[in-house]
Amino acid sequence: MGSQVPIVDYLVIDDGAPYLTANSCEECGALYLDRRNACAKCGKTAFGKKKLADTGTLKAFTIVHRAAPTVPVPYVSAVVHLDGGGAVHTNLVNIEPDPEHVQLNMPVRMTTYTAGVDDDGTEAVAFGFEPDGSA
Amino acid sequence: MADNVWIIGTAMTKFGRYPDKDVLDLASDVALDAMADSQTSIHDMNVMAVGCQFEPFTLGQKIQKQIGQTGIPVYNVTNACATGASAVRTVIMAIKAGEADMGLAIGAEQMSKPGFIPQMGRPRRPKFEPDGRFGEVMPIEGVLGTDFMAGVFAEAGTAYAAEHDGVGFEQFAKIAEKNHLHSSINPLAQYQKVFSLEEIKASPMQAYPNTLLMCCPTGDGAASIVLVSEKKLKTLDPDVRKRAVKISASVMTSDPWVEEGQVQPDVNTLTRLAADQAYEQSGVDPQDLDLVELHDCFATAELIHYDNLRLCEPGGAGDFIDSGAPMRDGKTPVNVSGGLISKGHPIGATGAANIYEVATHLRGEAGDRQIPDAKVGLTHVIGLGSACAVHILEKQAV
Repeated sequence: MGSQVPIVDYLVIDDGAPYLTANSCEECGALYLDRRNACAKCGKTAFGKKKLADTGTLKAFTIVHRAAPTVPVPYVSAVVHLDGGGAVHTNLVNIEPDPEHVQLNMPVRMTTYTAGVDDDGTEAVAFGFEPDGSA
Repeated sequence: MADNVWIIGTAMTKFGRYPDKDVLDLASDVALDAMADSQTSIHDMNVMAVGCQFEPFTLGQKIQKQIGQTGIPVYNVTNACATGASAVRTVIMAIKAGEADMGLAIGAEQMSKPGFIPQMGRPRRPKFEPDGRFGEVMPIEGVLGTDFMAGVFAEAGTAYAAEHDGVGFEQFAKIAEKNHLHSSINPLAQYQKVFSLEEIKASPMQAYPNTLLMCCPTGDGAASIVLVSEKKLKTLDPDVRKRAVKISASVMTSDPWVEEGQVQPDVNTLTRLAADQAYEQSGVDPQDLDLVELHDCFATAELIHYDNLRLCEPGGAGDFIDSGAPMRDGKTPVNVSGGLISKGHPIGATGAANIYEVATHLRGEAGDRQIPDAKVGLTHVIGLGSACAVHILEKQAV
């Protein structure tokens, strides 16, 4: 079995449970999934790392029916606001892709899965969010 | 106090497909039409601005070689879907600054040529190596949500529905029904076909809740506006003066920081900022507007802008469309041209064409689609990224 890499660098897969991380402005606490030269909120330039929650709320979605040939449809694209701060763009997984099942403001929880394998057998690990039955 | 700026000439092409013309033909012809409309020539212009998203390299200078090389400054601007309005505003700013007393703005685009649709995202790579500012190892479109426009604006619509009652598939479909109906009497619209609510809901789903008939088409087209200072206007022929339209507000904004903005483009805050500044500048109240041309790239977008532009009660965009208020015979007619959904959306032309539409109604020259006795109107465009332009136009004597 090949090794694993995260699909994006703000997903951390180490020995423990996978988690999302953000660059956090030392001055105002604004969170960024990518690196920033300066904080877009306050303008300061010092950043630390912050571990983000793996639970949140579905604040927007679309059910995509038309996409590039390589992308299976239909799928649910979602905006999730995370508990404790931060937001991510993600697919909603483990749910029927229809408007009756996808409920705005429902609690969701992060999960991970293999999204692709390269020629060396290395797996790309992606995150998605699913309905949070425990909430 | 800077001088007021007025519109004295307008022109637009019918939006559609022009396989036998290039973007230079579209832009040059429409500029000549706008100058003819204002009884001026290129020799009267002190400044020129040209908006084109996909042909930005000195298109303005190429146009000058078709319509007149007089040595005046020309600014080539891009600002996504706000490109055309940015060109108009560039000329307005030059006149307000006192650097020019008359100027020509052009917005143009050609999107129907084969091979136009650019390849989105990165191809699969044989070996996973982190790339870009997110360290992506493979294409993320369709894995971490969608960045395609129909989906992005669908999410903007459902985000509004998450916060406010009375907004769903039905309301978005009604908006498309209205704009297709409006376009049926606009000879300049790319499509002029009436569709029933059921046909709109049953047309192929693109990105729920946006079906195909709720999405703007791609197309070709151009629009042009001739602008003057008020001081200069007073020296012009009475026939020109009596058709002049005053620009009572001209505002551009970009998107201020909001936490979720990096994952969901915020098309709301900058529109609210622009609208509020425009109402303040002009002294016009949203209730006073006789017509509005707003940026309905998708039906979901039009709905949220009812609220952002203060056309409805806060949170009341669903009720607003249900009540029929934005119909051409309603309280605040919205997109009587057919909007981007049916008039079309050649990106660089759109912002200038909205100004053409409102000015044409204020001049009483809109033919079958004329809003009776229109005296004040608003135009709005959004370029995702984001850029927002709002203009308020008024019919006044000078």
